[in-house]
Amino acid sequence: MTAIRFSNVGKRYPNGHDALKGVNFDLRSGELAFLTGHSGAGKSTLLKLIMLMERPSRGEVWVGDQDLARLPRKQIPFHRRRIGVVFQNHQLLFDRSIFENVALPLQLSGYDPVDAARRVRAALDKVGLLSREKLNPLTLSSGEQQRVGIARAIVHKPKLLLADEPTGNLDPALSEDIMHLFEQFNSIGTTVLIASHDLSLINRMHHRVLTLADGRMVADGN
Amino acid sequence: MATDNPQHKNQKQARKAPQAPRRGAVQHRIGLADRTRSWRRHHREVARQSFFRLWATPLASLMTMAVLAIALALPGFLFTALKNLDQLTSGLDTDPHISLYLKVDLSDARIDSFSRELLLRQDLASVELISPDKGLEDFKQYTRFDDLLDFFDTNPLPAVITLIPMARDADALAQLRNELAQLPEVDEARLDLEWVRRLGAFMALAERGAWVLGGLLALTVLLVVGNTVRMTIESRRDEIQVSKLVGATDAWVRRPFLYSGVWFGLFGALMAWLLAQLALALVSEPVQALAALYLNGYVVHGLGVRESLTLLLTGMILGLGGAWLAVGRHLKDIEPG
Repeated sequence: MTAIRFSNVGKRYPNGHDALKGVNFDLRSGELAFLTGHSGAGKSTLLKLIMLMERPSRGEVWVGDQDLARLPRKQIPFHRRRIGVVFQNHQLLFDRSIFENVALPLQLSGYDPVDAARRVRAALDKVGLLSREKLNPLTLSSGEQQRVGIARAIVHKPKLLLADEPTGNLDPALSEDIMHLFEQFNSIGTTVLIASHDLSLINRMHHRVLTLADGRMVADGN
Repeated sequence: MATDNPQHKNQKQARKAPQAPRRGAVQHRIGLADRTRSWRRHHREVARQSFFRLWATPLASLMTMAVLAIALALPGFLFTALKNLDQLTSGLDTDPHISLYLKVDLSDARIDSFSRELLLRQDLASVELISPDKGLEDFKQYTRFDDLLDFFDTNPLPAVITLIPMARDADALAQLRNELAQLPEVDEARLDLEWVRRLGAFMALAERGAWVLGGLLALTVLLVVGNTVRMTIESRRDEIQVSKLVGATDAWVRRPFLYSGVWFGLFGALMAWLLAQLALALVSEPVQALAALYLNGYVVHGLGVRESLTLLLTGMILGLGGAWLAVGRHLKDIEPG
């Protein structure tokens, strides 16, 4: 089962910059892989193509059994609902509580509020922030904010979880905690793709590593 | 409402990827009834939230509403004034009158016999004589210029005979007027149809003017609400981006802004209603006094239930329209990335 398939994918931005050049790879369902490379190598672009925040200039991107090129604009929200995303800068909303931040994907999908509340608490419990649900995310540390972001990404139990530099601003101990969280989700069947340039951490984790350099996939292995 | 399960549709479109058997991506299936309930819940929730959001910045919101109120109150006031005028003129005797101003040197006896001669004519429906003395009395009663008359040694007013002809069409009336003007007792014959016509023409003009003004002010409301909503969109940029990232449909993102447009329109219209009623109350007393001089039993009407509802509905629709304009224009620009 293929969760993500890139087939000869190129992305050229309007300014002429080639962010990705002929990228090929498959990620099987239930796999956990790291996506690495120096900054500007194309990691974020690759994730944006999966999220349909960008469209490829060449090649095909498949998510599950869906060719994204054939997905009309109107269907993009539903595509995104099937994916959980963790961002480097958290993308939390500071005008509402932690609970409400995590509940957002469920509200969008139209979950019953009682059911949604149960799922939000389960997600917050998993990242160890259940006791803080009523607080504003501004009151949390950077690592805790990142964990709220993770709770929001997994609250609707997506089959595919993407993370863009989830440990970007965190100290090594916290980073390792976060990575172990991702391993936990992976162990219950979630496909996980984590973009990170923290090589020492990645090497310690013993998972598949996809390496991008200057827009090309230069290495793929353990 | 974007609710249908996208997978069904996409499956038909997607050719099968090699080694890509179907993944059961949706774990939590949400039935149609649930979705409808959640759609309605979201509407209620968003309506409530956008209502309270207005009052999070009370001064700015009230200023916007005041602008809307003035823009809505002016046409509201104008149309009410027109309605009153319309009522007033429809209550008027619109029968054409011919007034015969008799020569001043006629004796009272001659005036009397002349008016009796007119009574015998078949082409006249009514004849009313206003003698110089009666005219003087009326003049004193209804004007404040009675002192003026002291300058005259004798009554300067002529006798007037007011006629209502049987004829109705303009040509026949003009012919009759000319015929009566030729009579030796008559100094001047005046057909009093013109002013009714002029009033009618004036009313039509005023109504047209009110519509033009109303249209321009409606445009003002659209633009004011549009601009306010545009600023709200700008201030909630992050929220829109994050929502879109986690799978918000355009309709979902649009909804709170449309509701705030409706709220602005509604509150603007409510304030407009108050303003219009206040303005009407202010002019009603002098108008009433004026009307009492000419028309018995005339009452100034304020905005009735129907007019009030129309005003509120107009405000809400214009608010929604303005918000729609802003949302259509600016929401597409805000994409995550």
